[in-house]
Amino acid sequence: MKSLKLIGLTLFASLALSATTFAQDITVAVAGPMTGSESAFGRQLQNGAEQFVADANDAGGVLNKKLKLFIGDDACEPKQARSIAERIASRGIPFVAGHFCSSSSIPASEAYADGNVLQITPASTNPLFTERKLWNVLRVCGRDDQQGVAAAEYIVENFKGKNIAILNDKTTYGKGLADETKKALNKAGFQEKMFESYNKGDKDFNSIVSRLKRDSIDLVFVGGYYQEAGLILRQMRDQGLKTILMAGDAMNDKKFASITGPLAEGTLFTFGPDPRKKPTAKAIVEKFKAKGVDPEGYTLYTYAAMQVWAQGAAKAGTTDPMKVMKVIKAGAWDTILGKLEFDAKGDIKQMGYVIYKWDDKGNYAEIDPAI
Amino acid sequence: MDYFAQQLINGVVLGSIYGLIAIGYTMVYGIVGMINFAHGDIFMIGGFIAMITFLILISLGLSAVPLILLVMLLVSMAVTAVYGWVVERLAYRPLRQSFRLAPLLSAIGMSFVLFNFSQVSQGAQAKPIPPLITGGYTLHDSGNFAVQLSNVQIVVVVTTIVLLAIFSFIVSRTRFGRDMRACEQDQTMAALLGVNVDRTISMTFVIGAALAAVAGMMYLLYYGLVDFFMGFVAGIKAFTAAVLGGIGSLPGAMLGGLAIGLIETFWSAYFSIEYKDVAAFSILIVVLIFRPTGLLGRPEVEKV
Repeated sequence: MKSLKLIGLTLFASLALSATTFAQDITVAVAGPMTGSESAFGRQLQNGAEQFVADANDAGGVLNKKLKLFIGDDACEPKQARSIAERIASRGIPFVAGHFCSSSSIPASEAYADGNVLQITPASTNPLFTERKLWNVLRVCGRDDQQGVAAAEYIVENFKGKNIAILNDKTTYGKGLADETKKALNKAGFQEKMFESYNKGDKDFNSIVSRLKRDSIDLVFVGGYYQEAGLILRQMRDQGLKTILMAGDAMNDKKFASITGPLAEGTLFTFGPDPRKKPTAKAIVEKFKAKGVDPEGYTLYTYAAMQVWAQGAAKAGTTDPMKVMKVIKAGAWDTILGKLEFDAKGDIKQMGYVIYKWDDKGNYAEIDPAI
Repeated sequence: MDYFAQQLINGVVLGSIYGLIAIGYTMVYGIVGMINFAHGDIFMIGGFIAMITFLILISLGLSAVPLILLVMLLVSMAVTAVYGWVVERLAYRPLRQSFRLAPLLSAIGMSFVLFNFSQVSQGAQAKPIPPLITGGYTLHDSGNFAVQLSNVQIVVVVTTIVLLAIFSFIVSRTRFGRDMRACEQDQTMAALLGVNVDRTISMTFVIGAALAAVAGMMYLLYYGLVDFFMGFVAGIKAFTAAVLGGIGSLPGAMLGGLAIGLIETFWSAYFSIEYKDVAAFSILIVVLIFRPTGLLGRPEVEKV
């Protein structure tokens, strides 16, 4: 028994020791759904963050200190997001890149604001994230009120006189995107035939699909994540429907095609212009490819979020979140996504959405607007 | 009319899967009087084993679909049955003479163990497989609405009916079924008359797990993916089905499963999809107010 206690003490002491060694470094965090149904996106965030930390350390670190990465898992659950945020804040971590799900980013941001942490989300598109006038939030992606407009424009142009249905998964992201799309459609004088919601995590959509069939829907817009969208698509094709599925940016992972297989062909979604094709990202994309990672979706956005913070901290000469924030909002930053500038709320000034289409081989590409 | 027929097909298929899982709940309740909360997770394990078997068979270069399905079915039933046996042996048998809540708590614990185990060992992402059974029939085409019955749906329903028939035969006609019914009525008396109670209970868990494995495989074939969390929702629904049908009654479990499947489907067919779970559980409450023992349940006679 005594020796057990001794071992315990030694372990504890070694932990305390290593903690003091690390104090020489700057710990930054990346937080997102590392587990759960959205874990493919968590992987994107983590890949981007790890690559940035490795690159930054190779280049001498930030403020002459090495970076260390803390990885937080919120499983896309608001409650878990809040508790991981409190943990990050209590560790005195000055900066977090995250989260992915809007329903996680929003509650987490309040804990970060109280705990003095600067938060840049690479992926949460719900307008509310920056609309609450918190001092500590920035985002390097677009907003659903822009994304919904882009989707609506495409629908109005290409589906004039056709029947449209809008579905959403009741999450902050899904419902928000569906509402924005509906609003933009109605403004253009376009009335959807059906507006319904389902539960995130549902597997059986046969009943909804039969309803789409009854109403002869030509295009269904899904405000939701790729797993449910994939199942809806599969069940539509099983029931003999040729309806086209369209969704938002939560479709930009190859996992979608692993659910649908070749059925994915023709499925549409909105997302920013492919960051992998930007000339500023070329060198980094090569690095990822060399590691066998496809930096798709929000991988490069996460990298850019960290770049913004690192440059801001370097210029401010401190990691103090409030001071860094002031510097970031005042300046313009060279990132792999190009030059980024932020408005007073924390949204980026440059963002456009384009339409992507899946093919039957499990790849997606921007639709050439000329066609 | 066509629309109604299509929704009826959707509901019956969904209900069959719920029913298959519900049988496991009802059987265990009938014999040991406890709710086996780990049963939903046994169902999930069954789905995973079918998926793993599929991947192994594909990597071995097998391409005959009927053979693949048969091997998947047998392997997942066999392996999942072992899980069922182990769960009973580890978590329930030592507590059988304990107070009533003890096995219930250990069942909830077991459920956490199983789903965390599969999350850790299989990863947190949904695992999809390509559609194995494709094609189907157009039953009726009225021009703007075609009633479709896919082959997967036929397989799910037929498998359910066949298994139910085999299973009812075992319970009502075989020696083992008689032992089971004897243990259900009075374990001490059954033991005195030479029934091996431990073995009978073990076998009940084994059969329940095997049926759950079939449900898991049907789920995999029908929806095309499995994830570590699927046992939770499906388990709750199936448990509801068992209670609705009258817990302890086998036909009741099947009937309850069908009822829940149909209510969910028809509610989302004609009313707001948002409230389909509310509808299913409201009907459960109404049924239980008027028939506290469920649709086919017999009131329990207190033994003096």
